[in-house]
Amino acid sequence: MMPDPVGGPSALWHAYRNRLRRRQLLFRAFLRRKDLTQVTDRTAAIRDSDVLCFVCVRNEALRLPAFLAHNRRLGVRHFLFVDNASSDGTAAILADAPDISVWRTEASYKASRFGMDWLTWLMAQFGHGHWCLTLDADEILVYPYWETRPLTALTDWLEQHGRASFGALTLDMYPGGAISQGSPDLIDDPITHLRWFDSGNYQVQVQPKLRNLWIQGGARARAFFADEPRKAPTLNKTPLVRWHWRYAYVNSTHALLPPRLNEVYATDAGELTSGVLLHTKFLPEIVERSQEEKLRGEHFADGAQYAAYYDRLVDDPVLHCATSTRYTGWRQLEALGLMSRGGMDMSGGQEWG
Amino acid sequence: MLCHTALNRAAAVARHWAAAGCPVVIHLDSRVPEAERAGLAAALADLSDVRFSRRVACEWGTFSLVEATILATTQILQEFPAVDRVYLTSGSCLPLRPIAELQAYLAAYPDTDFIESVTTADVGWTVGGLNKERFTLRFPFSWRRHRRLFDGYVVLQRRLGIQRRIPEGLVPHLGSQWWCLTRKTLEAILNHPERRRHDRYFRRVWIPDESYFQSLARKVGAKVESRSLTLSKFDFQGRPHVFYDDHLHLLRRTEAFVARKIWPEAKLLYDTYLDPTTASANRPEPSPGKIDRLFAKAVERRVKGRPGLYMQSRFPTRTRGGNRSAAPYGVFSGFADLFVDFHGWLAKATEARVHGHLFAPDRAHFAASEAIFKGGLSDSANLRDYNPRSFLTNLIWNSRGERQCFQFGPNDAQDIAQFLAGDPNANILIVSGAFSIPLWRSGRPFAEIRAEAARLQKVEAEFIALLQEPETKARVRVWNLADFVEDPVEPLRQIVDELNPRAEQRQEALPQMVDLSGFAQFIQNLRNQGMQPVLMGDFPTELDMAAINTALSRPREAR
Repeated sequence: MMPDPVGGPSALWHAYRNRLRRRQLLFRAFLRRKDLTQVTDRTAAIRDSDVLCFVCVRNEALRLPAFLAHNRRLGVRHFLFVDNASSDGTAAILADAPDISVWRTEASYKASRFGMDWLTWLMAQFGHGHWCLTLDADEILVYPYWETRPLTALTDWLEQHGRASFGALTLDMYPGGAISQGSPDLIDDPITHLRWFDSGNYQVQVQPKLRNLWIQGGARARAFFADEPRKAPTLNKTPLVRWHWRYAYVNSTHALLPPRLNEVYATDAGELTSGVLLHTKFLPEIVERSQEEKLRGEHFADGAQYAAYYDRLVDDPVLHCATSTRYTGWRQLEALGLMSRGGMDMSGGQEWG
Repeated sequence: MLCHTALNRAAAVARHWAAAGCPVVIHLDSRVPEAERAGLAAALADLSDVRFSRRVACEWGTFSLVEATILATTQILQEFPAVDRVYLTSGSCLPLRPIAELQAYLAAYPDTDFIESVTTADVGWTVGGLNKERFTLRFPFSWRRHRRLFDGYVVLQRRLGIQRRIPEGLVPHLGSQWWCLTRKTLEAILNHPERRRHDRYFRRVWIPDESYFQSLARKVGAKVESRSLTLSKFDFQGRPHVFYDDHLHLLRRTEAFVARKIWPEAKLLYDTYLDPTTASANRPEPSPGKIDRLFAKAVERRVKGRPGLYMQSRFPTRTRGGNRSAAPYGVFSGFADLFVDFHGWLAKATEARVHGHLFAPDRAHFAASEAIFKGGLSDSANLRDYNPRSFLTNLIWNSRGERQCFQFGPNDAQDIAQFLAGDPNANILIVSGAFSIPLWRSGRPFAEIRAEAARLQKVEAEFIALLQEPETKARVRVWNLADFVEDPVEPLRQIVDELNPRAEQRQEALPQMVDLSGFAQFIQNLRNQGMQPVLMGDFPTELDMAAINTALSRPREAR
């Protein structure tokens, strides 16, 4: 399914192009640093072995409490937030925690490569030598044994096996009925409300240039992109990387440079360890937000192409269907093949599926 | 106790041993900073039976670990004359059973040395191929820091055929470095008249901590019980598995006395096993093998993966099983055109899920006309054709445990053909030329039919040619329409037997064939219009439909 790698002059040419690209990205980030105004600086508290979390947010007051609680439980020691002109309670939530540093900007999200220029700048400054988790506020990372093995256990494991990056599939979670239904009080743990997902409709291909997988599919492709599957959202991510200041994310956290970091999958028929990002986008507020995002046009390179997508969301669709799967935990996701333990031992012994 | 990190845990464990009346001598890697050493010393200052040995810098794979062990062992034997057993542990070892149980166990085996000690010829567990050569080559370069030099020097010595001589009277043995030896054996090793020679030899042996005491215990004639009392598991790369809180029940099942390595932040494990109130009980023998299966499965998952699964962290190349689905499935071409209600019959006879044309131009025809199949698989032709391989591998993966069959013909989207041909799980059965039957029955204008027949014949011929290429891995059987019509009974029965070998209902009647009277004339008409119908075979002009259907409906005789 995947061509075996080629060598020779074309490989050298690709390597050169990628190097150039990486430098451009770093330079962009350097220029964009002027957008950022530091609001709270607690970075002095960062210690060498800490796992850091980088996030760019806009009006996420609803999701942040659960997001912070989950990542603290995973052992994230410091959060570095870019607050892109939030007007809800976001700033207040971020202000009072000893483990959060915040930069604010009113500049354009789109012009900053959807926030990545800002984060690249922060990561180059603070992330070097750390395991860095780069997330959106609507992503909840789960991985094998996450309840009992915090991120440092995972990163120890990865390092022991000579890996510097970790892949995860974005899994669109949705409610049992129309997405506007339900009470936002449940936001303590959004997954109690967004109980359902699509278990086996993901399309996988390799992108040879950056050697990353390109995974699409899931509920959004099924419900919104059946006519234009190529435009369906990209679901593969590499959110956890042992960072070096020379690294740069290319396109959200879907791919990064240098390309070897994108090889988070085994090509020898075996499996590497991977995780899932539970995507909590489809909380009731999405209906209203979509209307706003459609007008702002800040989320896609060519916003007009996605107008229909926003319209569908504004129409309050039902994503749930007869073959939806109810979420019961990471073991289920592992048994379904949406994530993998790789060579981690099978403690607990239970097999699902 | 050999320590280098997580000193707070090491201190707690040392305290635990000391509380049970076991003196402890700690060897602390000399590379540990002074502040940490002082912290550890302070934490244990109140315990007179916990002492520190002279320190050396420890590097994995080198003699320094043996040196550290010798230093600490010598000291414990000298300073604690009452000690008659020495248990070598590390800072990341954790006693799983009350120390009193271990003491009682050792008392039941007087004069016995618990040390895994296996001859190089019998060792199955070393990773990387160095067994015997650990003892016959020289290893002056660090494996960690100068891997290339290390490997290069090994290759060079092999090429030149240089070998060291193994000292006389020494038979190399390998085994876990975590042993429990008697004072008598240790003194015999440490005070051996040839001790200097031994040390000089082992200084250049690779990973001597797995062979120094293991070999010398044999030499001094110890009463060796060749097993380690410390539970320790290794992964496929030969690195020790780390135990976390979720291993609590697993560790319990092993009944092991000590386990390694414990993750320093596994609070639940430390709290549970260092709990001083745990009463000792009469528990069974250690059986570390109990959990072997789980670890073997982990290795298998990492190395072999789950065939037919394509996901975030598994995407095999074409040559490594990238053209493979999760389970065997049947692909039927032409049968549904030839028989009345072929789907229904096949589903009943084979107990399989029988889909229609999954790759039809309008949409995927799932069984029972579902719009969304298991796993959220949509019947949209666009989504399917965007990545047909993912579509098919998903379908087979999503329905693991249930045999899948589907119809496939020249009118379907053909992009999947390459994958089908290369998939060893595909069982492709073709009645070639049967696509002409619905055309014949369609009643469309003959000119249209003729053009369509020529197009479909070309597509099907290409598919069959693909299946006949040498690299095809699918199981393929092709009958031409004429041959099949003449004797449909045997092939159909074979299909059932193959797809559902355990079926009880062998007597099941076969499906009825559509009435083909006059079909020969249709073929002739195509010929007359200048087409060359090659895939249908030499269709008989006279066909006794009644006889064929009687034969088909006759129940099979029970065998």
